Amino acid sequence: MKYEAVIGLEVHIQLKTRSKMFTRVATGFGQPENTLTDPVVLALPGVLPVMNKEALDKIVKAGLLLGCTIAPVCKWDRKNYFYPDSPKNYQISQYDQPICLGGTVEIELPGPSRNVMGEHKLIPLTRIHLEEDVGKLNHFARESLVDYNRAGTPLMEIVSDPAMHSAEEAFAYLTSLRQTMVYGGISDCDMEKGQLRCDANISIRPVGATYLGTKVELKNLNSISFVRDGIAHEIARQIAVVEAGGTLVQETRDYDGQTGASQSLRSKEMAHDYRYFPDPDLMPVKVDEEWKARLLAECPERPFDKQRRFFTQYQVPYTITSVLVPDRALSDFFEAAAQLAPGKAQAVGNWIVNDLLRELGNARLPLAESKVTPAHLAALVQLIEAGTVLTNAAKEIFVEMFASGEKPDVIADRKGLKAAPTDTGELEQWCRDSIAGNAKAVAEFKAGKDSAINALKGPVMKAAKGKANPKLVDETLRRVLAAL
Amino acid sequence: MPELFHQPVAALADQLAAKKLSAVELMQAVIARTEAVESRVKAFNSFDAADALARARASDERRAAGQSRGPLDGIPVGLKDVISVAGQPLTASSKMLANFVSPYDATVTRKLKEAGAVCWGRLNLDEFAMGSSTENSAFKTTSNPWDLARVPGGSSGGSAAALAAGEACATLGSDTGGSIRQPAAFCNVVGMKPSYGLVSRYGLIAYASSLDQIGPFGRTVEDAAIVLGAIAGHDPLDSTSFKTEIPDYRAELSKRRGPWKLGVPKEYFGAGLDPEVGAAVQAAIDYYRKLGCEIKEVSLPHTQYAIATYYIIATAECSSNLARFDGIRYGHRSAKANDAIDIYFHSRAEGFGAEVKRRIILGTYVLSSGYYDAYYLRAQKVRTLIRQDFLNAYREVDAILTPTSPVPAFKIGEKSDPLAMYLLDIYTIGVNLAGLPGASIPCGFTRGGLPIGLQIIGRPFQEADLLAIAHAYEQGHAWHTQHPKL
Repeated sequence: MKYEAVIGLEVHIQLKTRSKMFTRVATGFGQPENTLTDPVVLALPGVLPVMNKEALDKIVKAGLLLGCTIAPVCKWDRKNYFYPDSPKNYQISQYDQPICLGGTVEIELPGPSRNVMGEHKLIPLTRIHLEEDVGKLNHFARESLVDYNRAGTPLMEIVSDPAMHSAEEAFAYLTSLRQTMVYGGISDCDMEKGQLRCDANISIRPVGATYLGTKVELKNLNSISFVRDGIAHEIARQIAVVEAGGTLVQETRDYDGQTGASQSLRSKEMAHDYRYFPDPDLMPVKVDEEWKARLLAECPERPFDKQRRFFTQYQVPYTITSVLVPDRALSDFFEAAAQLAPGKAQAVGNWIVNDLLRELGNARLPLAESKVTPAHLAALVQLIEAGTVLTNAAKEIFVEMFASGEKPDVIADRKGLKAAPTDTGELEQWCRDSIAGNAKAVAEFKAGKDSAINALKGPVMKAAKGKANPKLVDETLRRVLAAL
Repeated sequence: MPELFHQPVAALADQLAAKKLSAVELMQAVIARTEAVESRVKAFNSFDAADALARARASDERRAAGQSRGPLDGIPVGLKDVISVAGQPLTASSKMLANFVSPYDATVTRKLKEAGAVCWGRLNLDEFAMGSSTENSAFKTTSNPWDLARVPGGSSGGSAAALAAGEACATLGSDTGGSIRQPAAFCNVVGMKPSYGLVSRYGLIAYASSLDQIGPFGRTVEDAAIVLGAIAGHDPLDSTSFKTEIPDYRAELSKRRGPWKLGVPKEYFGAGLDPEVGAAVQAAIDYYRKLGCEIKEVSLPHTQYAIATYYIIATAECSSNLARFDGIRYGHRSAKANDAIDIYFHSRAEGFGAEVKRRIILGTYVLSSGYYDAYYLRAQKVRTLIRQDFLNAYREVDAILTPTSPVPAFKIGEKSDPLAMYLLDIYTIGVNLAGLPGASIPCGFTRGGLPIGLQIIGRPFQEADLLAIAHAYEQGHAWHTQHPKL
């Protein structure tokens, strides 16, 4: 029998806010243990939560970017359970009225080859809600210690419908979700810092069936490739169990990305009763149309929308947009340069994808620290277009420009990299010499083979020691040939 | 002239302002009085005389420099031991927090300090404010200064008893179902629960968050007005605190003269009301009539559901609020514990008293999956009806008059059945459920010499009216000038 997997993802993303969800203390990563705390974070007797409005702004923006319906009121509930990483032993969360409902994540599946765009799909979302993160337990031989630095960090939980059917789709979903959230300034989504965490609910069913099979929750998928590998492993495991005549049990499994194996953590019987109830310490907050409109105005264009616009507005191919678009800063750089070099967007894109990224990579610099600005790049492209510099010279200029931040024409002048002089008398003589020395090419050209002219250019360039303006060479050759 | 420690804040403030008295002298008198009577009253869990004297000295220096902060500058104000004071113990009268010292000031503490008051002592209560007698304190049972064999009421029993005994000049308590008003009635002092949201709860150990309010105890209505004025107002640290203009309550006392329309709810004068209490309250009602007030019978038809509703909502919230006391970060940790689960079970088993456990268990039950709709959700609906009862009555009347407690102070150990104790809150609990302001003022004594309290319930956030109505009664009576013989 053929099986199909059904996958839903629960993704937790820390919001990029200065302070914590319900108190003024700063958020952060990698600080000394328990320094990002205050009486509220530590749940000392008598403290009260106060909502961080910036966090609500960010999650509403996330919802708007994903096309969710935004609830008219942000309501808070308590999720009660005891665990040492949870200072109050309840988590302030949203239970029956999440702030965002519905929405979709647009994904792109791998194409037939790396240079060809793959199929796009919309993965529907169930809900997004806001809550607070918990602390971190550190286990030692004889004791466990708790670090509450992370506790209280604003955290959103994005729950997809069980609408994905392969590890590749899940991978594409996370990739797209991460890009969109980074674009929106909602989170940096750095999985190594725990800013994005993913649990997967996975079941299988015979192809064609519409029911949902017994689901297994896979936890600790702490990198995007572990998500893909873990899900692929779990699908294979479930199929193997069923094919061997076994029965799947509803359980939570822990995936170990290092070993590529998973083990059972707990079964359904140990499910919690969280005793949710509305948090009496927090008043519901109205999210009115004006507020939403302001946030919508702050939302950036979504990555795939931008990619489609780049295709039509700049006619740049997938090979370039697929590199530019995932990085908002890079695509902004492109667009700024492309607008300064009208009609040369593809050349701009090529320079960014090939040369700028190579230099940044070699120098281990982020784009923000690049000395090459969009204006520099546009100027360089225009120098080439005007025939003022030749491609090889331009490559040299670019490297120099990356190192020094000087303008390209300054570098070209200083290093004598500008194409040759406008001394047409000398150029015409070289052209005549070349024509005289290559009767075969001349005959072919005269017979209508236009490309035969290229054979005549080599000797001219050689005579010009490589510094002739190719456009001018071409024009002069044609003029002389026409006059023959 | 009564002894310094029995004088109202208003009178003391005048003497301080006239430099006939220094804050240090006043503090010394209160310390001496406390040392003299505390072994019998047992109102304090602890006090820090050195700290209080230093603060009194600072007050005198301010006054000498012409920088007095007003009527509370240099006045010793006692705080219930659920209100946080930076650097002082904060125990909630629980073994769980027996050794806990709080690192921060509650908003009311900060405001009292800004008004120059000397935060004085940690006052006993029923553990975590759960009870009506202070017998649930893990440390001691406070005695009623009027009869040491009797309870001072609760849960703010220490706050009421300390004031009545002259161990503080004013005090703060907290009121979740009557915990300020009932002990005020039992101890012959004025006690006031403000509208929910008038006073910040930041720094008050939460029992039931949607019901808790901090409020003042004073010897007079004027004193209560002075203290309320100092602590009231919106606080950005408490999302449930209300943005409203705070009038000068003290100045309004004499400006608002009525006559008022006053309601008497028939449901509050039924079975279970002690005849002597009933007679004293009736006499108070008659007095208002004499003042020209119109007295109208009103109905609060859902009164009979108030106690059941309260014990669902309050216990549900407390089961969650008290979850933080787990032995992990602070507070009692059992020596028997070997792992995290053990720490929870043993620390909480050892750290909490019977009544606290009873309410946590009740609250956990009513929130459990499958019971939530039947209990918690339904109780919230009834709560809305109870509030609506009051708001309907306020279409016809300005305030409502009732007994504060159906009985005067009972003997220590007399009420061993928890349910019998719960039923004593019958007249006060609806006010919390409805979020209204309520005050208890002295209105007489039983033949046996036990104080009786009149409860006045006001419109939401109309504390100035409520206090003016109380003040009008007090002006014509001298109950509040009587002090227990200790």
